[in-house]
Amino acid sequence: MLRFIHWAVLTVAVGLAPYAQAQSGKVTVVTSFSKDVTDPIKKAFEKAVPGATLEVQNRNTNAGVKYLEETKANNQVDLFWASAPDAFEVLKTKGLLQKYQPKATGIPEKIGSYPINDPQGTYFGFAASGYGIMWNERYAKANKLPDPKEWSDLAKPVYYDHVLMAAPSRSGTTHLTIETILQGEGWDKGWRAIKDMSGNFRQITERSFGVPEAVNSGQVGVGIVIDFFAFSSQASGFPVKFVYPTVTTIVPANVAIVTNAPNKAGAEAFVDFLLSPAGQEVLLEPSIRRLPVNPSVYAKAPADYPNPFTNPSLGARVKFDVDLSEKRTNVVDALYDQLVTFQLDNLKAATKALHEAEGALAKKDNPQARSLVKEARDLIAAMPVTEAQAASSEIAGAFTGGKEKGARQAELEQQWASFAKTRYQEAQAKAEQALKLAR
Amino acid sequence: MDQAATAQASTRSFGSQKMARATLGQMVLALFIALFLLGFLIFPVATVLYVAFTEKGTGAFTLINFIDFARTDLFVRSFWNSFYVSAMSVVLASVFALPLAYITTRFTFRGAGLIQTLGFLPLIMPPFVGAVAMLLLFGRNGSINLLLDDWFGFKIPFMEGLNGVILVQSIHYFPFILINLSASLRNIDRAMEESAQNLGSSGFRLFRRIVFPLAMPGYLAGASLVFVKVFDDLATPLLLNVKDMLAPQAYLRVTSIGIADPMGYVISVVLIVMSVLAMWLSACAMKGRDYATVQRGGGGLMKRSMNRFETIVAYGVVTLILLLVLAPHLALLLLSFATVWSFSPLPDAYTLAHYSRVFGESFVYIKNTFLYASLAGLIDVVLGVAISYLVLRTKLIGREWLDFMASAALAIPGVVLGIGFLRAFYGVTLWNGQPLATVWIMIVIALAIRRLPYALRACYAALQQISQSLEEAAENLGANKARTVRRIVLPLMTGGIVAGFVTSFSTAAVELSATLMLVQSNSDAPLAYGLYVFMQSPAGRGPGAALGVIAVILVAVCSWASHVLIERTQKARGATS
Repeated sequence: MLRFIHWAVLTVAVGLAPYAQAQSGKVTVVTSFSKDVTDPIKKAFEKAVPGATLEVQNRNTNAGVKYLEETKANNQVDLFWASAPDAFEVLKTKGLLQKYQPKATGIPEKIGSYPINDPQGTYFGFAASGYGIMWNERYAKANKLPDPKEWSDLAKPVYYDHVLMAAPSRSGTTHLTIETILQGEGWDKGWRAIKDMSGNFRQITERSFGVPEAVNSGQVGVGIVIDFFAFSSQASGFPVKFVYPTVTTIVPANVAIVTNAPNKAGAEAFVDFLLSPAGQEVLLEPSIRRLPVNPSVYAKAPADYPNPFTNPSLGARVKFDVDLSEKRTNVVDALYDQLVTFQLDNLKAATKALHEAEGALAKKDNPQARSLVKEARDLIAAMPVTEAQAASSEIAGAFTGGKEKGARQAELEQQWASFAKTRYQEAQAKAEQALKLAR
Repeated sequence: MDQAATAQASTRSFGSQKMARATLGQMVLALFIALFLLGFLIFPVATVLYVAFTEKGTGAFTLINFIDFARTDLFVRSFWNSFYVSAMSVVLASVFALPLAYITTRFTFRGAGLIQTLGFLPLIMPPFVGAVAMLLLFGRNGSINLLLDDWFGFKIPFMEGLNGVILVQSIHYFPFILINLSASLRNIDRAMEESAQNLGSSGFRLFRRIVFPLAMPGYLAGASLVFVKVFDDLATPLLLNVKDMLAPQAYLRVTSIGIADPMGYVISVVLIVMSVLAMWLSACAMKGRDYATVQRGGGGLMKRSMNRFETIVAYGVVTLILLLVLAPHLALLLLSFATVWSFSPLPDAYTLAHYSRVFGESFVYIKNTFLYASLAGLIDVVLGVAISYLVLRTKLIGREWLDFMASAALAIPGVVLGIGFLRAFYGVTLWNGQPLATVWIMIVIALAIRRLPYALRACYAALQQISQSLEEAAENLGANKARTVRRIVLPLMTGGIVAGFVTSFSTAAVELSATLMLVQSNSDAPLAYGLYVFMQSPAGRGPGAALGVIAVILVAVCSWASHVLIERTQKARGATS
């Protein structure tokens, strides 16, 4: 026993020793990107900047933001590197990002209608990604699913119980998908489309990567994902396909220097490398497959590589308002969670009843049943808050945990949840009534 | 001690006035443990959870958030769902564990050690990749359902909804019952059984009236762990996308939109209260009964040999249970060799590439995992022995609170502990300016805190089965307290201590949620972290599975070695009697 304690103390002491001398060329980055992305870039960076080593700390986006917040008093991190622009907005408002003017040239101001860099110069887009629909070909064949093209396709009866999405509150990328639909279609019409589609969901996952994982392994047929998940799945040999719907936004993934970075020079070198042609070319590797923000790099890409700079349908249709999105982020997420995620069983039951009623109506029309179906659809689409309310400071304030007194988040959520629950149940009853009439 | 003449079980009364005074050493020990728990558990967690008791806007003390909890349908529904799932998991887990434990400890059974080791494996399901493997096998379009659909045209919803959670949780956590119950069964005095037989009891009646009641401490230790662990587990419900349970709700809120909202922390407080309550109830159930037996010779129950029919039945039952509970590991093994496995009963083709990809980098992960998990397991058994000794053998005021505090760790979501550690220790800097929270030893402490309840329950049960008269005899012969503990108590507790170490060690080896917050660099990362990094990309699935297999093998070898150790010590003891 005693010997063991000696041994343990010794190992502790030995283990601590390397920390005594900090390495001069170490650049520490907190990132949500997987090894498949970070490894090739790390290798290329260390080759391009001799003497530098990139230390990768892998955390999911939320945990990364939380980590920087909790450790800001004694910051040891040089860079934050992740997809979702809203995570960078959060860090920016908390003063955790440092301004910088990258040396790279040839990068345009916008990709689609989305600005590539933060106008205040605290974070920089280095790769673009769009949202779309991914499906498993074997699954689709076995279940006779047609190839989806648009978001609205996913609301069709044939996809019932075959679609998967990550909760927008859990995945910055899905949040942007929802926000894009809301901005592209308008608040009320957008929510109607989202709920119609969500009624067909099999489940709602809590990790972004849970969606491609389930589609890849064939547990679920169709998933709503960010493009590179689909591209890198294809590159790994999975039998999956991907399509960009017309209402989509191409959004940059970003990199930023953290305030009080211990190795500021190294951090700047990394940003400059990432935006340089050499750094941009690494993005074309099959395991990464992201869209470079430097248009000239596409010359080296394979022929079928999507190019948002030459293909106007990619992301240019929707004018994405970053400020509006920022103002109502939490409200949109909480609305989705309360109206859809935690009410999914009720919503699915209502949706199923509606599919059956509409199926019967298609065979034999009945005006009374038709109006019942319409009423049921409207009940499902009803929203407890208007667009103006969602962006208002009273409601948004309930979610920021700020100093102002006001409604508590739990109170609002309970209201929204019961609002949705009663309406979904009514809708189901009406749809079942309609089915009886139509028979 | 082996010559103890009486087989009488209940010998608690005489000499108990000797226990009335706590020695200085005991007080110092209790104080040290209390400080450790306060410093590394209560304080960091309090820095996070106090929000639950504050009013929005003013920060004043309030209980309004708990009223909100009771008024929110979702949370009330989640609470009852969690309760139902936990209770049913205990039932199903007992169904898996009882036959395995009974057959392997009571009969001469070839491969008993192997079965104990295999039966222990389900506890070590590496995060993420284990889930993928399980879905590939049992999921709606997993191998079994695809085949069923092909042959018979129907599917079985193994993994759907609450029942899916119950199935997966019982497979995952039944080893808690197996390992603790087996340790208990081994410690039963053979004389008790023999006297019962002399009095005419046999067969099932013997089991029901004598053997099982005497093994009760172990069973309860395991069952309460299963209950609390299932109640507090978030990984499995989330993997099955069941969100209306309490622990997932807490996790979802703490890590996303409700990060500034008290509700996530309110739920965490509810979880902690429920866990402590469950532990307290199981302690109550044991109160007023005495499970200690005096004789320690011969290594527990008489091992019987079975007749041919019994042998066939026993092997059949064991094989069936093992096949079911080890199926996820078989799927994991397949996945680690698979090229593409998608919507088909078996992978398209097989390759060794995944292993060669992880081979180079996995060494550092293995080394770290081994170091962290064994240190954490060691801390846990030391604390576990000390706490159970203080609670069961001394009259220190408030000693139960050490037990309650340590058990509360079971209920604290790893991410809360992780954030708490950052908050409490990041501001503390070492001599070289490095924050304390970033030193790898903090990962060890976090792991030790999180796994302490496992070791504690095992040690507690082991000590409950030892009669105090043995210690008293030693003291009457002139040994002091420390010597008695060292020479009498510890050797008799060996089985429980090893069980505790193995459980803490192996579960620490695959823990991720607190680790993820605390890992600072790849060179400090354990296997679970490496696995997490792989499992974030499509190309990482195979290498992730390969790392998972390596983790399982690593832990299995360790647990097998400890079983060999138990057998040896028992044989050695039997030989001297």
